[in-house]
Order: sequence, then structure tokens, then C-alpha cells
Amino acid sequence: MALTNEILKQKLSDKFGEQLTEWDEQYGLLTLRMPAEANLKVIQHLYDAEGFQFLTDLTAVHYPERTGEELCVVYHLHNLVENIRLRLKVYVPVEKPDVYTATKIFSGANWMERETYDNLGINFVGHPNLTRILNVDEMDYFPLRKEYQMEDPTRLDKDDEMFGRGGSI
Amino acid sequence: MSEQTQHHIQLAEESLAKQSTTLNLGPTHPATHGVFQNIMEIDGERVLSTEPTIGYIHRAFEKIAERRPYYQVTPLTDRLNYCSAPINNMGWHMTIEKLLGIKTPKRVDYMRVIIMELARIADHLICNSVVAVDTGALTGFTYVFQWRELIYEIYEEVCGSRLTTNIGRVGGFERNFTQVAWEKINKFMEGFPKVMREFEALLNRNRIFMERCIGAGPISAERALNYSFTGPNLRAAGVDYDVRVAQPYSSYEDFDFKIPVGTTGDVYDRYMVRNDEIWESYKIIEQALAKIAKLEQEDPTQKDVFYAPESDHYHLPPKEDVYTKMEALIFHFKMVMGEIDVLPGEVYHGVEGANGEVGYYLISDGGRTPYRLHFRRPCFIYYQAYPEIVSGGLLSDAIITLSSLNVIAGELDA
Repeated sequence: MALTNEILKQKLSDKFGEQLTEWDEQYGLLTLRMPAEANLKVIQHLYDAEGFQFLTDLTAVHYPERTGEELCVVYHLHNLVENIRLRLKVYVPVEKPDVYTATKIFSGANWMERETYDNLGINFVGHPNLTRILNVDEMDYFPLRKEYQMEDPTRLDKDDEMFGRGGSI
Repeated sequence: MSEQTQHHIQLAEESLAKQSTTLNLGPTHPATHGVFQNIMEIDGERVLSTEPTIGYIHRAFEKIAERRPYYQVTPLTDRLNYCSAPINNMGWHMTIEKLLGIKTPKRVDYMRVIIMELARIADHLICNSVVAVDTGALTGFTYVFQWRELIYEIYEEVCGSRLTTNIGRVGGFERNFTQVAWEKINKFMEGFPKVMREFEALLNRNRIFMERCIGAGPISAERALNYSFTGPNLRAAGVDYDVRVAQPYSSYEDFDFKIPVGTTGDVYDRYMVRNDEIWESYKIIEQALAKIAKLEQEDPTQKDVFYAPESDHYHLPPKEDVYTKMEALIFHFKMVMGEIDVLPGEVYHGVEGANGEVGYYLISDGGRTPYRLHFRRPCFIYYQAYPEIVSGGLLSDAIITLSSLNVIAGELDA
């Protein structure tokens, strides 16, 4: 029987129970949130038991207004046999952005995690070489975090009120 | 005077005891076709290990995109894989269409397919002819580039520019294809097979070329999957994953085409997979032209369909209307000033780029710009396997491996 979002959701809830939350299915892509300390358990289970052996994408998002869980690491996994995708999310606080590395499961996660570290400062615990990859080594901040504005904030002619997202960000 | 004071050259510790040579290849080396630096440890002609450094043309597109209205992000996508910019443009437009729930008419889908497959042919022509150049055969390169030139003329006729195309709009195209564009496409369809066959005759069964490529830079299917390879490089290793078939977009399900696969994932397999894909793309364009002709024959009004009617709020009106009609002017102004909000949502859309799955992970918070936009760039992902692929091989094999992987600096760095 073909694997569908409903079956997968049922299987994962049976296995992990309350640990997996915030189920969503926007645009047909099953999305779930897993706790930061159990991320490798879930990914390894998906790899071994459900055939999600392809890491499509790994990135992170910064939500400054979500206090205590500002940074969100997003995994896109793909089961190539059943042709079904899955999105996994892990939320971590910006003060202590520790997430276990997926490099032991996916070799391809190596540079994706380095890029995510470089841009958003996620600390991938256990990564073999967690250094900056795209930006210069001397950079001492994480540019894709929302506190860094694109434009020079002192320029009055580029006021956000007129050009953009009203004020703050 | 002692020997010590005569020589002031400071050598690194252990450098005299070391038996291997450190070779700095790049960042700007004529053999690497782009800005790639590799610090290699070589033993004679053998590569022991290599350490790639990337980021020389990092332009922070993901950050820039957070301040740009949606249609202004399109020129950023041009500059990812600049050898096949239309695929990136249309992939981005389709992502927004998915977010907004816009369904494009069949004719638009087929027109997009024509342009995307032309782009794929152009990209594969560059890659394959450059592999030939790196193995010492310059003739094929100069020969097929005339036809790449014709593809660029078709882009020019459709959208006005050649390399970084900014082709199309959300919901379709900015204008209908002109008569000249159709004529140029037909000219390409007539003349290209002969040239391609000659290019194949030059290389495919060429003893020198085969000896040079077979067994160079191989990767197994398991390793390729583990490294998240996609596109021709994955298929050369023997995995038949193609987004056009797995998750069809732009009506690819209507077309009849094959997915060529290799077995060993070496330079020759990658070359042959791309070579066969050029023919498959050619077949797809043939079918698309026939399908458009059939649509127009059944319903002559189809001739004027070049964008989805429901995308009106996101589709810049034609320039002549902007100058003469009030509504068009208002819409144009609102769109350019970024007054048009997009629905909130989270969407991932992948298209089969010339090098693999180009993905757009877009989070919209309902404003005029993306809240977060991440590009899945196939080159970035598979270039990390380069040290593993070339270690133990010859230095000259490392060069042709780099060309046959078709690593594009723009896509690598974003």
C-alpha cells in the first residue's frame, strides 16, 4: 500500500507519541515539530524504517517574536521509493541554539549545516567541521537573523513605513 | 656565516619531512571554469586529499530577497545557475503560483516547457562541450556554441535579454511569443539534430575521449544519494530520480520522454546522460510545439493566451496599456511600489534544473516580501562530495571531474 500523509502521521504518532507536535499539511506537504533533543532519533527512525533516505534541504528561520524558541531548523526529507516528502522542524532558543548534527546519517548535511551555521548561528553539536562556509571567517555575527536590517537604518529616504514591512524589521 | 643566517625563508614545520606536495588550484585558474579554490595534497600525479574553499561570489541573495517584492526576486534567481536562467525564473514563478493557488492554462505550461527545455539543452551543451575542451578537443565546443547562440536569440526574442533572462511573470509570460520567436524555435528544431549528431560522432565513441573519461571521478549510487545528489550527476550513478517525473509541474505529465541513467557515475556516464537528455529535451520541445498547434487549431482564441487570468493582481500589465489606460497604470504602480500583499503560507517547490533539483523554500507572512526564502542549490550540495570523488585519482582527472559535475559558481555561492 502506498505511503500517504495520513498513514505516515499515524505511524509516527504511534512510535513517538506526544513528542511530535504541530502537525500541518500545507500544500500537501506533511510538516511536524520534534523536540531538539530527539531530532536524531526521529530522523534515524525515518531513515531506517520509513525509507526517508534522501535529505533534500536543510535550513533555518529566525522568528524573533517567539520568545524562547526563536530559531527554527527545517529539514526536508524525501522518500524516493514512495515519492513522498516530509518537513521536520526543530525550535531552539537563540541564547543556546544547539541541535544535534545529521552528518552521521546524511553526508550531504555537512555543508548544508555549515551554511545554516554561517547564516543563522545554529550550533550543530557533533559536526566534524562547523566553520563558516560562504561568509568571511572574521565575521562575528549571523547575517540572516532578523535584527540585521538590509538598508542603512539612518537613511530617511528608505523608511520602512513607505517601502516595506511597516517599521521595525 | 652559518647556513642558518644565509637563508631567511620561513618554511612551515614538517614541510621538509613531508613527502607530498601542496598544490593551490584556483580561485582563478583557467582549467576550473569559475571561481573555485582547491588546496590539494598531491603525491606525484595522484591527489591525496583536497580542501575546497567556496564563497568567492557569495552575494547574500537570501537576505536581499527578504526586502524585495516577489517579482523583484526573479532577477536574483537568474544569477544562480546563469547557464540555464529561465528554469530558475520559472521555478520561482511556479513557487509563487503554488502559494497563491494559481492554475496556469495549458498553453502557458507548454510555452514554459519549450523555454525550460531549450535552457536545459543550452546548459548541457556547455557542460559537455567543456568536458571535451578539458580533454583536449576544442572543435566540438566552437561548433555547438552556434546553436547555444540561437537559443539565446530565442530568449532575446521572448523577453529581451540573453544570459540573465528575467523571463516570464507570475502566471505566465510578460507578452506572447512573437512570430519571429516561433520562427527561431522552428529553425532550431530543424538545424540542431544534424549538428548534435556530428558532435556525438566526434566524441561518443572516440577512443581517446573514452580512455580519458571512463573510470575518472566515479561515485556509487549509495554515496550519491547520501550526498543528496540530484539531476544528471545522480542519474549517471544509476538512480532514475527526476523531478519532472516524480512531482510533475508545468504539465510535464503530458509528455512522453525517457530518463537516461548511467551505471558507474564516472565522467563518461555523466557525459552520456547529459548527451541523451539533450535528445529527450529535443523530443519534449517537439511534442510541446505539436500540442500548442493542436490547442490553437481546436480553439483559435488560444493564440492570445500567455498568462493565467487569475494572476491579474500579480502580473504586470502590458506596457502599452500602462501608458494609455487608467486601471493598468494603477495596477502597475501598485505592483512596482509593492502594495500587493501575498497570502501567508509556507511552501516548498522543486523543479528539475539543468544540474538537479532547484528548490525554493518560501515562507510568507502575508506581506509584500518573503519572510524567508531559501534556495536549494544542487551545485552547492553536490560539490561537497568533490574531495571524496577525486581523492586517489589523477590530478588531470580531478579537472575533468570538476567540469563534468558542472559546478556553476553562481549556484554554488548564491
